[in-house]
Amino acid sequence: MTGYVVRRLIALLPVLLIVATAGFFLIYLTPGDPAAVMLGPDATIDDLNNLRTIMGLDRPLLVQLVRSYSRTLRGDLGYSIFLQRPVLNAIVERVEPTFLLTTLALAVAVAIGLPAGVAAAVRRNTWVDQAAMGVALFGVSVPGFWLGLNLILIFSVSLELFPVAGYVPLEQSVVGAIQSLILPAVTLGFGASALIARMTRSSMLEELGQDYVRTARAKGNQERRVIVGHALRNALIPTITVIGLALGGLLAGAVVTETVFALPGVGRLVISSVLRRDYPVVQGVLMFVAAVYVMVNLLIDVVYVFLDPRVKYA
Amino acid sequence: MREARRALGRSRSTLVGGLIVLAMVLIALFASLLSPYDPQDIQVPQRLLGPGRAHPFGTDNLGRDIFSRVIHGARVSLLVGSLIVVCATGAGATIGLIAGYDNRMDRVLMRIMDGLMAFPTTLLAIALMAALGARLSNVIIALSIVFTPRVARIVRSVTLVVRELDYVQAAQALGAADARILARHVLPNCLAPIIVQATFIFADSVLAEAALSFLGVGLPPYIPSWGTIITAGRTFMLTAPWITVFPGVAILLSVLGLNLLGDGLRDLADPRLRDRLG
Repeated sequence: MTGYVVRRLIALLPVLLIVATAGFFLIYLTPGDPAAVMLGPDATIDDLNNLRTIMGLDRPLLVQLVRSYSRTLRGDLGYSIFLQRPVLNAIVERVEPTFLLTTLALAVAVAIGLPAGVAAAVRRNTWVDQAAMGVALFGVSVPGFWLGLNLILIFSVSLELFPVAGYVPLEQSVVGAIQSLILPAVTLGFGASALIARMTRSSMLEELGQDYVRTARAKGNQERRVIVGHALRNALIPTITVIGLALGGLLAGAVVTETVFALPGVGRLVISSVLRRDYPVVQGVLMFVAAVYVMVNLLIDVVYVFLDPRVKYA
Repeated sequence: MREARRALGRSRSTLVGGLIVLAMVLIALFASLLSPYDPQDIQVPQRLLGPGRAHPFGTDNLGRDIFSRVIHGARVSLLVGSLIVVCATGAGATIGLIAGYDNRMDRVLMRIMDGLMAFPTTLLAIALMAALGARLSNVIIALSIVFTPRVARIVRSVTLVVRELDYVQAAQALGAADARILARHVLPNCLAPIIVQATFIFADSVLAEAALSFLGVGLPPYIPSWGTIITAGRTFMLTAPWITVFPGVAILLSVLGLNLLGDGLRDLADPRLRDRLG
């Protein structure tokens, strides 16, 4: 088990190396001199040279690359001259709403998707199945930001159930924080719930056709127990993979959702940094989020071993 | 009997999806004929009019006809989507074929693809747009890069199977060039999964373009795409919700159509999967 985790961590290194390299070269995709693009047309030569020195742009490319690797390894994601602080600090300061939003959204996605998928499989080819899969199709097809705008219009403006936008920090009020995140989490989680519902349905269908389900029924178990205790337990395994993949969608979707609901999270940070051409922050967030995403998926692979003893990692 | 009804239901939803997509394509092609006004024509006295006889979808804050803008938006959104599909499937298929056929290239190419897949898609697209600048051609480049690994993975996995088949080995024994074997013998086997994936990429491209434009890092505001119309109308959502509702419905409908079509094509391409999914 430990050996497996270590091997998976080692296998992660090339991926993280590529992530760091892609992050580094991002700035060189800009047409022209990155320093000039960042500072705009009014910058003086001194300003430009200063920024080039701060960002290390005056060094040879290979030196810059190696330095960027070694910095990243030490957890240093660079410095933002616009925010006057290290990029990592800027990210950490804004991580709370983003973390809570994606966690809540994941909870919403599982709470809707899992029962919907199970119900669709158990009541296969009935109206329940068709309704659940119809809603799932809607979920993967609706633009998240548009759904969010409409939810604000209905639930915040017309019904006045939730705040229109903005975020109440946890330390100010826990209830306030959750209240300000309910609509965003529903918006974000809805799309992911569709993926989970579809996967749960198809893996449940597969399990329900297995011999052990027939045996469980033959033993006189209640149908509820057969479905939840036997079939669902096994059907969960592919579903958990999808949850891991859906997390990528949630992390990216958080950028859009935070913009719609004016939440001061990492997503808003990225967008405002893009608009003021604060490249170190964009690079930093890109690497940070990719690392989180990769790690969570590794964690899920490890969780597998506990869920399914048949899975042997030799 | 039930199975037959189900299969029929499936093909019916595929048909509905296909018809929606066809309708969208026709609207995009004949946008100029179908729209009653010039989508860019500013008529300030007519501003913020609700849907009515003269303006079926209402007008925006500059008095531009939303119906005409949504129709022309179809042109932009579908053009962007289809170009992304062409670029991403072209690049993805080439990479997948080479990686699946040549073991040495496989390591390098697929590590790069894995690296790209480590980034959540929209975030990578945003970062690429940040570097490239908000322009139409850059939206296509950025989203093509984002979607390429998906195609590459699928084509590679098919190639790995096909290259071991007897007729490919026969072609190798006859001395056919690798490029010829890949193009004539391996690629045709990959076409079905590529077409299925292309349909889903099309759907995701329409959504992604709209999201990027909404965030202000996609298309510039003067190009009427469904995303940019919603962005511009956002400020007036309380007083003039029709500006954002109609382009949103247009996105929803076309993506729904593409997803229905994609699901149907996938079932057709892989009967085993169809049986399993019931």
